Amino acid sequence: MAQFRLPKNSRITKGRRHDAPADAKNTKTFRIYRWEPEAGENPRVDSFTIDLDRCGPMVLDAVIKIKNEIDPTLTFRRSCREGICGSCAFNIDGKNTLACTTRIEDIEGDVRIYPLPHMPVVKDLVPDLTHFYAQLESIEPWIKTDTPAPTRERLQTPEDRAKLDGLYECILCACCSTACPSYWWNPERYLGPAVLLQAYRWIVDSRDEATGDRLDELEDPFKLYRCHTIMNCTNTCPKGLNPAKAIQETKKLLLERRS
Amino acid sequence: MSSIRSSLAQARGLGSAKVGVAHWWAQRVSAVALVPLTLWFVACLASQFGADYASVTEWLSSPLQASLLAIYLAAIFYHSQLGLQVVIEDYVHIESVKIAALIALQLTNILLAVAAIFSVIMILVGAAR
Repeated sequence: MAQFRLPKNSRITKGRRHDAPADAKNTKTFRIYRWEPEAGENPRVDSFTIDLDRCGPMVLDAVIKIKNEIDPTLTFRRSCREGICGSCAFNIDGKNTLACTTRIEDIEGDVRIYPLPHMPVVKDLVPDLTHFYAQLESIEPWIKTDTPAPTRERLQTPEDRAKLDGLYECILCACCSTACPSYWWNPERYLGPAVLLQAYRWIVDSRDEATGDRLDELEDPFKLYRCHTIMNCTNTCPKGLNPAKAIQETKKLLLERRS
Repeated sequence: MSSIRSSLAQARGLGSAKVGVAHWWAQRVSAVALVPLTLWFVACLASQFGADYASVTEWLSSPLQASLLAIYLAAIFYHSQLGLQVVIEDYVHIESVKIAALIALQLTNILLAVAAIFSVIMILVGAAR
């Protein structure tokens, strides 16, 4: 049933404060969620005030600076620093996005950084995405054909190829799924916007021969129809994609094949 | 998600129910149908505003008005059933409570719809005096 408060051991307590160097003129405070699984303590929010004149322009630059110069125990994922790997997805200033493509100057006041919402936390800003990846695997996101493999490329018209635009760019950062209230309430059974966008990416691929099977697998009150067109997914996507539209198109195809 | 079952087995769960599109479509069609029906009903209420009981029952005795009202009431409770079912499925996670709530919801909506439509029929045949 609905729970209105966090469990006792999940409630956030006041954290440590790290002030800026005395000679810093252009400062900004970062309030970052911290949780250490082995410490047996509640999560806390630490505040780090840093000198922006000695920091790169992006939120990820600041987080790396904090780890390098102030607190090396700060734990987070990052890799490409250019918005293509999807590792540094956090909840920044109340919105799920990528730290590497979010400018510090675009955020008013303190920068609040939390892990992606409603996922089990491994440590600090690292969520456990095991189930998310397993759900992706469950929709079999690879080409499936019965026709013997051709001796050259599988051809596709420019029009058919264009149908994949807005879908293939997804980097699976999980910002959308973890912003979706339906996914929060039913993550065990609802696939969530990211995985449904991936499913649709293979449904509309003209080269794939398992379209009907894919639609069969999605036609389920929970896997697909927990989407209530809330649109948080589309609002939050750091790549500007539209998972809500992909889900709607899937629903339209399911309708089309029965009437 | 800690379990000794593999994460893929948990994600696949019991598989696809192969239903859902009919419910989703019925919810949308009934919502669209309720738009003109509600406009018609509000217009009717306005036309009968301040009228006495006899005048309202007299007006409702037309088979066309009575049928439209019956369809309107049926659409309301049908749409309510479809929508509230989704709310229960969203938020109630204890299987036994969920099934009991879904049955109670269905019975309530059927009772309300039948009672409402019977009222219209009773006015139509002049039984409600």
